Amino acid sequence: MSAPQWNNKVVKWVDDRLPVISMLHHSAYEYPTPKNLSYMWNFGSLAGFVLVTMILTGIFLVMNYTPHTDMAFESVERIMRDVNYGWLIRYIHMNGASMFFIVVFIHIFRGLYYGSYKAPREMLWWIGILILLAMMATAFMGYVLPWGQMSFWGATVITNLFSAFPIIGDPLVTWLWGGFSVDNPTLNRFFSLHYLMPFVILGLVVLHVWALHTVRSNNPTGVEIKTPADAIPFHPYYTIKDLYGIGVFLIFFSVFVFFAPDFLGHPDNYIPANPLVTPPHIVPEWYFLPFYAILRSIDFTIFGIPAKLLGVLAMFASIVILFVIPWLDTSKVRSSKFRPVYKWFFWLFVIDTFILGYCGAKAPDDYFLGIPGLKVIVMGQLSTLYYFAHFLVVMPLVGKMERTKPLPASISESVMKEGANA
Amino acid sequence: MRKFALTAIAAAFAVTAFTGGAAKAAGDAPVPEAQDWSWQGLFGTYDRAQLQRGFQVYKNICAGCHSLRFIAFRNLEGIGFNEDQIKAIAAEYDIEDGPNDDGDMFTRPGLASDYFPSPFPNEKAAAAANGGAIPPDLSLMNKARVGGPDYVFGLLTGYEEEAPEGFDLADGKYYNHYFPGHQISMAPPLYDEAVEYTDGTPMTLEQHARDVTAFLNWTAQPELEARKALGMKVILFLLVLTAMLYAVKRKIWRDVEH
Repeated sequence: MSAPQWNNKVVKWVDDRLPVISMLHHSAYEYPTPKNLSYMWNFGSLAGFVLVTMILTGIFLVMNYTPHTDMAFESVERIMRDVNYGWLIRYIHMNGASMFFIVVFIHIFRGLYYGSYKAPREMLWWIGILILLAMMATAFMGYVLPWGQMSFWGATVITNLFSAFPIIGDPLVTWLWGGFSVDNPTLNRFFSLHYLMPFVILGLVVLHVWALHTVRSNNPTGVEIKTPADAIPFHPYYTIKDLYGIGVFLIFFSVFVFFAPDFLGHPDNYIPANPLVTPPHIVPEWYFLPFYAILRSIDFTIFGIPAKLLGVLAMFASIVILFVIPWLDTSKVRSSKFRPVYKWFFWLFVIDTFILGYCGAKAPDDYFLGIPGLKVIVMGQLSTLYYFAHFLVVMPLVGKMERTKPLPASISESVMKEGANA
Repeated sequence: MRKFALTAIAAAFAVTAFTGGAAKAAGDAPVPEAQDWSWQGLFGTYDRAQLQRGFQVYKNICAGCHSLRFIAFRNLEGIGFNEDQIKAIAAEYDIEDGPNDDGDMFTRPGLASDYFPSPFPNEKAAAAANGGAIPPDLSLMNKARVGGPDYVFGLLTGYEEEAPEGFDLADGKYYNHYFPGHQISMAPPLYDEAVEYTDGTPMTLEQHARDVTAFLNWTAQPELEARKALGMKVILFLLVLTAMLYAVKRKIWRDVEH
């Protein structure tokens, strides 16, 4: 694509010296995008929108927040009660974390369904996983800041996980805490890192978009752009479509912020942190529940490796395994639309993650959905097994054995066919 | 469009199902019965007269043991008191201030800017006076318990004179239907005509409990009315904006086969 000629003198003057305007024109205006993207492709821009929302509300919260064990809880209540529209900013930030994960989980499932991780998009996929990891760290540390009971005990449980590592475990935890328990130094460093991480995420997002614009967007057919007829410029087609998506999303978001702001949170976090009183059930935020279930489901030792360490490794592995799926998936076809067998396994996998989430929310000795005889811990173990089996067994085998449906010759052709069928 | 809307609804449903499970996971005590509260629903607001009655219950009964440390007298404007009334209420309290120029602490009548004083000087004193149990601060009580106001109301009305047969009730504890574990250190705080209402509202234990729960909902969520009113405007605005964005989207995409 040739550099555009700018008629406006000021624009030209700037662009001749630093071609930011050409760059923006190139990547936000003329970027050739498949013309058949479904609304599932809205979630990337939505995630970016939520990130900006979180950074902005976070900056204003910091102006009124005090990162000290004696004052953190009270300063949050001061934000809620005495700061002008403080409740609005805090509720947006608090629910925004959940919204971020909803949007990003859908974005990831979309990538899994349409094979967006396959060549040449491996780097794009990897950076995405790094963003997820950075988000999880940020959300965890942010949840500690209000210094409620769940903040404190959540921090205690999660940081204690690192003590599972042999030899370095205990010194590592002491080092993380900055002391011998979760205390003021812990709160201070979490605050510092919670402020830093979003900008790390922002940097990763820039790389993510860079990689995306290098390899181009995938699309529901999984067939690459072949002729100019397959693509349309990003602006105005996808700018308006993304804006519309943001409108719908904001309505969904607003329902929570204005009418059920504490629905996604845990009541215990409105009790100030108390190191002497342990809550009966320490439960992480909903977006960590599937991972929590995987962690908890390992209650046995293998080859003398303690259960706790295995659990921690399994939990990390559940995300790290995503790095290698470009090679675990042996199918030549990207989109599950043309994979009649794998498609079912994909939905089974989605259901599996929901079951894991449910198990993570329940006490291990509860009965799964109240079914007598079926303990939550057992169901958690089965779904953990299936979680890994999906990647390690289903992906390689189904990819080899499945007879895929014929692919359309091009995006344009698939569009015409669907038009004819409709 | 339809697909997207369906996805959004499915997501909302999934989240609800999910967290519903999480909420139910905590506590083994029976689930308190859902009550009708004036502030529920999209348009629900607080009933000022009820909040004031509830304040009366708090002031005359709960305040003996429970602090309300996030509430200042000036905040009482939110339950319908005017400036003079607030000054008069504040002046009924002795507030410790100081040090003065001689370096001594002194007490003075409360000002509108003061916070409700705590009944005990510190947690140790609170525990010592209450058989080892510390009466929790009530400012956020309705947000800090699973079930919120329904739980608080259930607890206040859920005392049984006698523990059920076979239940081993410890000394100095009371049997409560809704308290986790059923053994609570708080003696039944409310009874019929515990507080004298002047507006003709029946002075039953249940009514006292209902009113003080309403008051505590206000202390926990004083922003509730402003929040919902703003939410209405925001969502109406977003509906119109989104409809317009959709129309523009349709127009722009009209000539693209996709």
